[in-house]
Amino acid sequence: MADPMAPNGYVSGSNLERVLKSGNFAVTAELGPPQSADAEVIRKKAALLRGFCDAVNITDNQTAIVRMSSIGAGALLVREGLEPVIQMTCRDRNRLAIQSDLLGAYALGMRNVLCLTGDHQTFGNHPQAKNVFDIDSIQLVQIVKNLRDQHIFQCGDPLKGLEPRFFIGAAESPFAHPIEFRPYRLGKKIKAGANFIQTQLVFDIPAFEAFMEKVRALGLHQQAYLLAGVGPLKSPAMAKYMKENVPGILIPQELIDRLEEAGRPWAGKSRDELTKEEKKARSEAWKQTGIEICIELIQKILKIEGVAGVHIMAIEWEEAVEPIVKGAGLYPRPVIEPLPV
Amino acid sequence: MIIAEQKPFEEIKNLIEPAQRVLVVGCGTCVTVCFAGGAREAAILAASLRMASKLNGDPKEVTDVTVQRQCEWEYLDTIAEQINEADIVLSIGCGIGVQAIAERYPKTWVVPGLNTAFLGLPAEQGVWVERCAACGDCILGLTAGICPIARCSKSLLNGPCGGSQDGHCEVNEEIPCAWQLIYDRLQSLGKLEMLYEIRPPKNWRTSRDGGPRKIVRPDLRLSEEE
Amino acid sequence: MSSVNVDYQIVAFCCQYCAYAAADLAGGLRLQYPPNVKIVQIPCTGKMDVLYALQAFESGADAVMVAGCMPGDCHFLEGNFNAVRRVERVKDLLRQIGLEAERIRMFHISSSMASQFVAATEEMLRTVEAIGPNPLRVSGKAHPQETCGLPSG
Ligand code: SF4
Ligand code: SF4
Repeated sequence: MADPMAPNGYVSGSNLERVLKSGNFAVTAELGPPQSADAEVIRKKAALLRGFCDAVNITDNQTAIVRMSSIGAGALLVREGLEPVIQMTCRDRNRLAIQSDLLGAYALGMRNVLCLTGDHQTFGNHPQAKNVFDIDSIQLVQIVKNLRDQHIFQCGDPLKGLEPRFFIGAAESPFAHPIEFRPYRLGKKIKAGANFIQTQLVFDIPAFEAFMEKVRALGLHQQAYLLAGVGPLKSPAMAKYMKENVPGILIPQELIDRLEEAGRPWAGKSRDELTKEEKKARSEAWKQTGIEICIELIQKILKIEGVAGVHIMAIEWEEAVEPIVKGAGLYPRPVIEPLPV
Repeated sequence: MIIAEQKPFEEIKNLIEPAQRVLVVGCGTCVTVCFAGGAREAAILAASLRMASKLNGDPKEVTDVTVQRQCEWEYLDTIAEQINEADIVLSIGCGIGVQAIAERYPKTWVVPGLNTAFLGLPAEQGVWVERCAACGDCILGLTAGICPIARCSKSLLNGPCGGSQDGHCEVNEEIPCAWQLIYDRLQSLGKLEMLYEIRPPKNWRTSRDGGPRKIVRPDLRLSEEE
Repeated sequence: MSSVNVDYQIVAFCCQYCAYAAADLAGGLRLQYPPNVKIVQIPCTGKMDVLYALQAFESGADAVMVAGCMPGDCHFLEGNFNAVRRVERVKDLLRQIGLEAERIRMFHISSSMASQFVAATEEMLRTVEAIGPNPLRVSGKAHPQETCGLPSG
């Protein structure tokens, strides 16, 4: 059996792994690829994130809408000198395609993978598609681990040559149902081989603290690095929509009220009555408050034992990452030199 | 049982368009119980088609007959004469019935009047729900008798996913989350620890993914067939 | 009574406990209902079959009435509610076939409502007069005797 650790003491040696292992509070940020083949979009978003996070997490056809592949976008990021975390869902690929894509991703320089089940295709722009779900996210974690540590494919055949050494991530939604089971399911993912965990967006700190208490009681925070998902709210409408429609997202009313309050100077007028400038000003006020709230959330999360970092999901709003990271006192990002191989 | 529902009337009309003499063949088993293709539905469909074709100025001779089970040759043999007289057989059996007729009557043009939907049960009067996907390697023993293959929208073996909310699936509020059901049932049976185990990837070869399936029981074969 | 076209044929499926008795009572009270109405007695409108209605229309009937007890008064508890749903199904079928859905209607008439029964038949007649004869009728005459027979299958 191969040693899970490379001789340098890292499983993958990725920047994200090095930062986490050094004990620094890690920051990752999400990047949504375009619904086009335009590499420039990736480069522009990369420029907004450069220096403000330890790795950039690239979605895999998020919400089942066709976008540039996470591996394709990841390759562009590698060229730009940023470190990608590629998302890999089980919705669109079977075990053959997943393993082959992972070999390719590693060969192109990618070192972190986030294993997800994937949103059901009925949400996206191809609801007529046949889904795959040959394996689930926990089995995917296991497969990536076995590729790395056992040098075997899922079928049991050995790899013929270099193994892909990924830093393996998985997601957990602390407030999805059944809530009592979530810490245990997290435990299953870690047992399967997850090195880091990214949570669904956290807005409700007491609820998250309760989750973390359970996580600590199970000792899970010592077996994997846990990154709390955070994100800036853009408007009260977006907050209400997420609260009501996205499973596993709890948004305290108080936060929604704060956003409403920020838009107060423009209240009393309907959307059509506002001039373009007024709309813009109101939107800026909301965004400013959204960023402030996000910074406060991070500051509270920093105090929770067992949380190793944050993952910032500023969906189609990558500009927000800089003020959030700076505002939370997480800038500059540490530079951890790789150990010699 | 097999659950099916009638195709839209327009589609059926188009399917039988080229024919003059149409035989509607009902089936007395599953599709009778789910009110899609039994004797009564066959008679209603035949009468409707007669009237519609007459109003169209192209009156067709539409008759109906129902056999006990369309999926067995023996029953189909009893209606050989009617089938041979028809230009088109409109089967309102499940997809198996349609194919059984096609196989047994090589010269007959047979078309489906139903959309065969799933394997399930009547949950309430007039409501049918899916229960099994015939995966060929039943795992109900691991999941408290609730099938995640057929009833979880993502066929997860290590569910529930992050989309489970208030007991329903992320796909829509009409779908109960199978894994919430499994969780609840395991809990009430005092077997929650079964969920802590990681279930390995499923072997889908026994399912449709291994190609069309066949079961041979040597003990039941007649000696001359061996 | 409106101008009567004797050729129109209306088949009324009447529950024996209510509408059929109401028709009887109308006769006893010498209240006239249109002669175009052929009454078929059924034990309950719950017995009303989609196929009975289709066969009536196929044989050339211009309209079908289904007349059962007042809501909540069904002798078999819910037979009249089942009939309402079946009438809806027939309406759907009629639309598919290419006939007017208004050719069938459900009425609720208790045994004492003789004048309401007469009004219902007149209303039905006005409906068919407005939409015209059943185009499936070959000659000018329907064959009501066929329409009354229970289905063979
Ligand atoms: S596990 Fe397979 S065989 Fe068993 S109920 Fe589910 S689909 Fe059917
Ligand atoms: S919500 Fe439940 S049923 Fe739906 S896909 Fe997730 S685990 Fe399966």
